[in-house]
Amino acid sequence: MSIRIEHMSHVYQPGSPFEADALEDIDLTINDGDLLALIGHTGSGKSTLAQHLNGLLTPTSGRVLVDGEDINAKGADRRALRQRVGLLFQYAEYQLFEETVYKDIAFGPKNQGLTGDELDARVREAFAKVHLPADTLEKSPFELSGGQMRRVALAGVVAMQPRVLVMDEPIAGLDPKGRDELTEVIRELHDGGVTIVLISHNMDDVARIATRVAVLDKGHLAMLGTPREIFARGEELESMGLDVPQTIQLCRRLREGGMGVPDCLTNEELAAAICETLKGGAADA
Amino acid sequence: MLKDITLGQYYPVKSPVHNLDPRIKIILTIAFIVAVFLGSSLWAFFPVAAYIILAALLAHLPLKLLLKGIKPLRIILIFTFLLNLFFNAGETVLVEVWKIRITLEGLLTAIRFSMRLVFLVSGASLLTLTTPPVVLTDGMERLLSPLRKIGFPAHELAMMMSIALRFIPVLLEEADKIMKAQMARGADFESGNLIQRAKSMVPLLVPLFVSAFRRAGDLAMAMEARCYHGGEGRTRLRVMKLTMNDLYACLITVALMVVVALI
Repeated sequence: MSIRIEHMSHVYQPGSPFEADALEDIDLTINDGDLLALIGHTGSGKSTLAQHLNGLLTPTSGRVLVDGEDINAKGADRRALRQRVGLLFQYAEYQLFEETVYKDIAFGPKNQGLTGDELDARVREAFAKVHLPADTLEKSPFELSGGQMRRVALAGVVAMQPRVLVMDEPIAGLDPKGRDELTEVIRELHDGGVTIVLISHNMDDVARIATRVAVLDKGHLAMLGTPREIFARGEELESMGLDVPQTIQLCRRLREGGMGVPDCLTNEELAAAICETLKGGAADA
Repeated sequence: MLKDITLGQYYPVKSPVHNLDPRIKIILTIAFIVAVFLGSSLWAFFPVAAYIILAALLAHLPLKLLLKGIKPLRIILIFTFLLNLFFNAGETVLVEVWKIRITLEGLLTAIRFSMRLVFLVSGASLLTLTTPPVVLTDGMERLLSPLRKIGFPAHELAMMMSIALRFIPVLLEEADKIMKAQMARGADFESGNLIQRAKSMVPLLVPLFVSAFRRAGDLAMAMEARCYHGGEGRTRLRVMKLTMNDLYACLITVALMVVVALI
């Protein structure tokens, strides 16, 4: 299932003194099986773009096509669309409302019309995917920690079995352990065949798990490519107020110091490259 | 979605009206309301209308915005008009159908009452459109502060009002976000009968209340941490000062009242 965004623009509160161009002429295709990372400075339009993907916002101009269908066309079934394209909001832990975690996860599938065993299976399957301790299922979501609450919220979206999952800064504000765990959950979901759009400020995670990266700058799509291609343009990224992953920063420093290592995206890759260079250096001497 | 609510929203442009002292603006608004009720003949509404249009022009407000503030009132307006039209005893009968009688006096009263309502609301929205809420409550606090001598909690009241006003947009935004989040999970807020609809609000209201309490707790803590202990001995960054413009505004308003009283 692919999402195609054609020349889309969005203006907030047009015609008032609060008018603001959020997105301008965005052209982007999200392919089946992508793990697309959407990065950009605060206010670059990432969250606005995310809300267009399942019809919560309507573009001021341009089109959004899901499986070739214009989702804002007259008579388009928005609710059916939202089952196919799931959206996890920023700070999603604040959307929980039910008495127990189980009931909260069941909210989405119930709205899809599921009941009985089918509903139960969905809830348990989604709950298992987010790796929470088994006894939390019957607890109140308000007793959990922030990180756990966020994973409950994620389970609530996963339970609808969307083909595409859009996540707005799912790891923001979590401690390192919570971040690693959630990143792992995202990776597993992707491996399970879900197309993922991930908004993130954490370049290390983007480098580690993304298959493609889109860079937004002031409402424009500034770059699009593989993480390796994007992070090779470090100076341009920095001019947009963005970082490059720590591994790449280290590679750069090493090169400045005279060590010929290529840009590496993960720790493992970097360690291997350093070993290789050192060995090569030893052979020369 | 919910952000479209404009009633009482501050309209941020620079203008002589925006710059008037908030105390003066509050007093003038009250004076304006008195003037609206002072006039007994319909002719009195012409200077009142001229006054409000002049004020809107000086404030660089589009008149459309003022009219938009009246829109939510239309049902009350129609009701007031019809009630006065049909149930006013008068001498001169204009139309008589069966038991319903429309008299000239009734028609005039109906027009007068509806006009008063329109000007009342536009006068009040002129105040809120040109004054940021925090400045407005500051002005109120200063106006009410003489009453402190008899134990009236002017500062506390103003502080509560500023906080309440300050959090309206925050909570609206939050409600909008939660609503979208639940819609993304297939929630339906629009269809169904009254009970179904009330039930469908639960996924919106519970998180909203939880977050409102959380915010209130955070705010109280932040205020304590900055040694807030009420208005006692508190000084201000912006001290209110009267200018010549304030004087002109007062003169124009007094002139309006005199003209209306004479008509």
